[in-house]
Amino acid sequence: MTSAHDTDINHAFKVQDLTKTYGEGHSAVHALRGADLEIGDGEIVVLLGPSGSGKSTLLNILGGLDRASSGTVQFRDQILTDLDDRGLTNYRRRHVGFVFQFYNLMPSLTARENVELVTEISENPITAEHALELVGLTKRIDHFPAQLSGGEQQRVAIARAVAKQPDVLFCDEPTGALDSATGRAVLRVIQDVNEALGTTVLLITHAAATAAMADRVIHFADGQIQKVELNKNRVSAEEIHW
Amino acid sequence: MTPLHAKLMRDLWRIKAQAAAIMVVIAIGVGLQIMMSGFVSSLTLTRDAYYERHQLADIFAPVVRAPNYVESRLADIPGIRTVETRLNSMASAKVDTREFSISMQVLSLPLHGRRHLNEVRLTQGRMPDAQRPDEILLLESFATAHGILPGAQLEVTLHGVRRWYSVVGTAQSPEFIYFAAPGEFIPDDARFGVIWMGRPALAAALDLEGAFNEALVSLLRGANKDAVLDQIDQVLDPFGAPGSYGLEDFASDRFLSEEISGLEVTSSTVPPVFMMVAAFLLYIVTSRMITAEREEIGLVRAFGYSKREVAAHYLELALFIAVTGAALGCLLGVLLGRAMVPVYTTYYKLPFLLFRLEFASFASGLLLSIAVATLGGVWALRGIFRLTPAQAMRPPTPPDFSHSISFKKGVFARLDQPTRMVLRRLMRQPWRMLGAVIGIASGMALSLAMLIIYDGFDVAIDRTFNVVDRSDATVSFVQNVPSRTIYDLSGMEGISQAEPVRFVPVVFRNGLRSYKGSITGLTPDPVLHRALDKDLRPIALPERGIVLSTPLADVLDVGVGDTLMLEIREGRQQTVVTQVAGIAESLLGAPAYMDLDALGRQIGEPNRFSAAYISMRDGSQSEVYADLKDMPAVAGISLRSEAEEAFQRVMDEGAGSARFIMGVMAFAITFGIVYNVARVAQDESARDLASLRVLGFRHSEAAFVLLGELAVVVLVALPLGLWMGTGLSHLIAQGFSTDLYQVPVVFAPKAYGSSISVVVCAAGVSGWLVQRKIRSTDITLALKTRE
Repeated sequence: MTSAHDTDINHAFKVQDLTKTYGEGHSAVHALRGADLEIGDGEIVVLLGPSGSGKSTLLNILGGLDRASSGTVQFRDQILTDLDDRGLTNYRRRHVGFVFQFYNLMPSLTARENVELVTEISENPITAEHALELVGLTKRIDHFPAQLSGGEQQRVAIARAVAKQPDVLFCDEPTGALDSATGRAVLRVIQDVNEALGTTVLLITHAAATAAMADRVIHFADGQIQKVELNKNRVSAEEIHW
Repeated sequence: MTPLHAKLMRDLWRIKAQAAAIMVVIAIGVGLQIMMSGFVSSLTLTRDAYYERHQLADIFAPVVRAPNYVESRLADIPGIRTVETRLNSMASAKVDTREFSISMQVLSLPLHGRRHLNEVRLTQGRMPDAQRPDEILLLESFATAHGILPGAQLEVTLHGVRRWYSVVGTAQSPEFIYFAAPGEFIPDDARFGVIWMGRPALAAALDLEGAFNEALVSLLRGANKDAVLDQIDQVLDPFGAPGSYGLEDFASDRFLSEEISGLEVTSSTVPPVFMMVAAFLLYIVTSRMITAEREEIGLVRAFGYSKREVAAHYLELALFIAVTGAALGCLLGVLLGRAMVPVYTTYYKLPFLLFRLEFASFASGLLLSIAVATLGGVWALRGIFRLTPAQAMRPPTPPDFSHSISFKKGVFARLDQPTRMVLRRLMRQPWRMLGAVIGIASGMALSLAMLIIYDGFDVAIDRTFNVVDRSDATVSFVQNVPSRTIYDLSGMEGISQAEPVRFVPVVFRNGLRSYKGSITGLTPDPVLHRALDKDLRPIALPERGIVLSTPLADVLDVGVGDTLMLEIREGRQQTVVTQVAGIAESLLGAPAYMDLDALGRQIGEPNRFSAAYISMRDGSQSEVYADLKDMPAVAGISLRSEAEEAFQRVMDEGAGSARFIMGVMAFAITFGIVYNVARVAQDESARDLASLRVLGFRHSEAAFVLLGELAVVVLVALPLGLWMGTGLSHLIAQGFSTDLYQVPVVFAPKAYGSSISVVVCAAGVSGWLVQRKIRSTDITLALKTRE
């Protein structure tokens, strides 16, 4: 299925006939059954769909965390599906930021150090202080994860993801573990980053309302893209309710 | 199979490599215990049975010549059960395979039909016929070494008379379980033998008809040995007795007993180190499993399982590992024990030696393993039972590092984040890290100490044979010889130098402390055989006073300037008081040195010598042998190189296998610890490691966070292990050093190098295995699983 898209935008990703199968024979699970997709640079893309519909699989492959069984993924001029492990590591290191449902902060590092963990290996990072300022955590900069609330931890995770000024930000259920007010604050930060740095954002969520902040909404079911919607009237994160 | 048992089996399968590493540590501990305690009991039982069956005497009383009627006076001494007299002499024998004669001890056999002490054990042929003066019995090991069978003829020089004897049988004796050529310590079957012959024939040869020169005594149960020894000395003194001594001072028994007690000490100290390490490993593995399964534990408790049932489940896992390890250890112990039997029987001539599996040591090994597993398991379980099922089912909060150091100042501020993670993790679990450090250091210390000791033996050999004794050979005489004989030796074509020496048997006394030994009289400024101080500088022997070796000074508790009583057991048998003039280093035996002339004057026998140290011109050995053969005064010649070779052979055989075993032990402990600590750390930080990979860290960079922690543990353990090993080597050296031999502790770079490489190698292998595991972990799965 080919998505509708504007022809005048630069493409961050071009996905062709992408499949992913886990296991073999009778026990094979087809997580992706031939996805075709194009994502523009600087877009916010929301992926919706029930559990097991293939959205996380797609996100993992686009993020260089997993390999496709067949098909191609092109990131700008680079064919990701041709890269070996080292190539994928470099891709993640240079271009990609991740935010996860469970934050995945290093418990042994403070908020600042968690961010510096990434800035130390990046080519063109902003400072950790700046990144934490972006997410409104200047006052908690020297706190360890155990001393932060869930929302604060997620904001540190976002600061860590954006500090390298990534080309793409992948967010897998970033608000899944948060109450709605905190969730909105987190979405606001993601939106700010998209606007301030021009970062392409791919966001997986169960909360359909989140789709309102996206440029493009992709609906998944049964390992396939059911539908792609373009959203001409993005709303700000504060206006979203779930 | 209950569901919990099915889980147990699957858990075991999942942690199979870790479980195997712990089993190996337990197996080595239990195996060593079983092997060593098995030998303690095998050697003790065999020795005791052998002594009893062959009636080994409790007291040996040598005398120059005592008439036979003195025997009944000895028998009257209270406390004595049996007295028997015999003739005991040195001789030399000529065999085809060797150029020069071999020193032999000749003993008289009692008349047939009479129950006697120190009975021989016939191994081949028959006993000599009392009526046939030419029939002899030969020590089995000597006969075997030279391929002499019953029926062969042997050329023996006895009391200056050379004649042929018929070998009618070979025998072993409880007197000769461990024996070496005179003046030596290491057995060499080919260079020392024993001949038994009928007493009438030997008496005739030695000119001792109607007399004896040694009494053997067995004591009644409960007799006061010291009192009996004193009374025997009183009876024999008029006949020229150097002093009687008990079995415990008898060289063969001394060596065997030292071996047994050494094994006893080692078996009670080394295996527990392995068991402690195993307890620590079981603790970290079980506690990791319990922490990871905290929610499941809460769940089954919520279903109504009791604490006891849940505890039993995890204990079963620890017990399975421990008991399997103990069973493997038992097998290992028996195999090691059986493999060691030939090593023992090479040096200890016992009639038989069966390795016994001591049920007690097996049971204690098993019980110890069970205790170890319980200790490790219960310790790990404590935390879980403090929580209610509801608390346990909630995921744990992230580990709190807020009390950790801040790294904001000084050089710390420059540390990169992965390094900070390593340091903070280390500091958060100081006890686990300390346990790992101590465990690795202990394993390393065990092997290092033994390696240092073996290097010490090498130094002892070199010092004894190349620094103290620089002669090529020692020529011993049938009787003490005058200066003229030494001149004759010096004048021989092939001999470049000959230095006389006098040995005088003496009892040293300082208050209640005493020691039966001998004084070595050396020429002034000797070249071939010297007394050396601790810096290996020659000590000039003074005209007055005596120089004692360190072990002798220790036994007598005297130092330079102290006075000492000498009971001289030769010549006029006088007692003199003398002053300690110096302390000499010695690694073999406990000698005492005096100026040759001063010693001669002291015993009223100036210019009489017992032996001579000689150095030979290159390639003139055969010539010298030929010349010495024609000198009736010469009893034997002992080549320094042969003594050194015998010593070196023992060291090479013993040290070679010991080095290997020690290496394996250190490797097993280090591997067990590093691998288990690494695997547990990997489990605990699986999410962190996967996150790092997601953030764009390479495998090597992510592995650094995990392995850096272990590298620090190993780096800290190395110097600690070196320090502990060096300390332990001093303790072992002290424990093993006796007046028979001293074990020096030397700076041993090779030993340090080998033990460091073994530990680093084991750490490297386990690090490599763990990083391989990291590589194969699916990073997306690690991000989803939640603890």
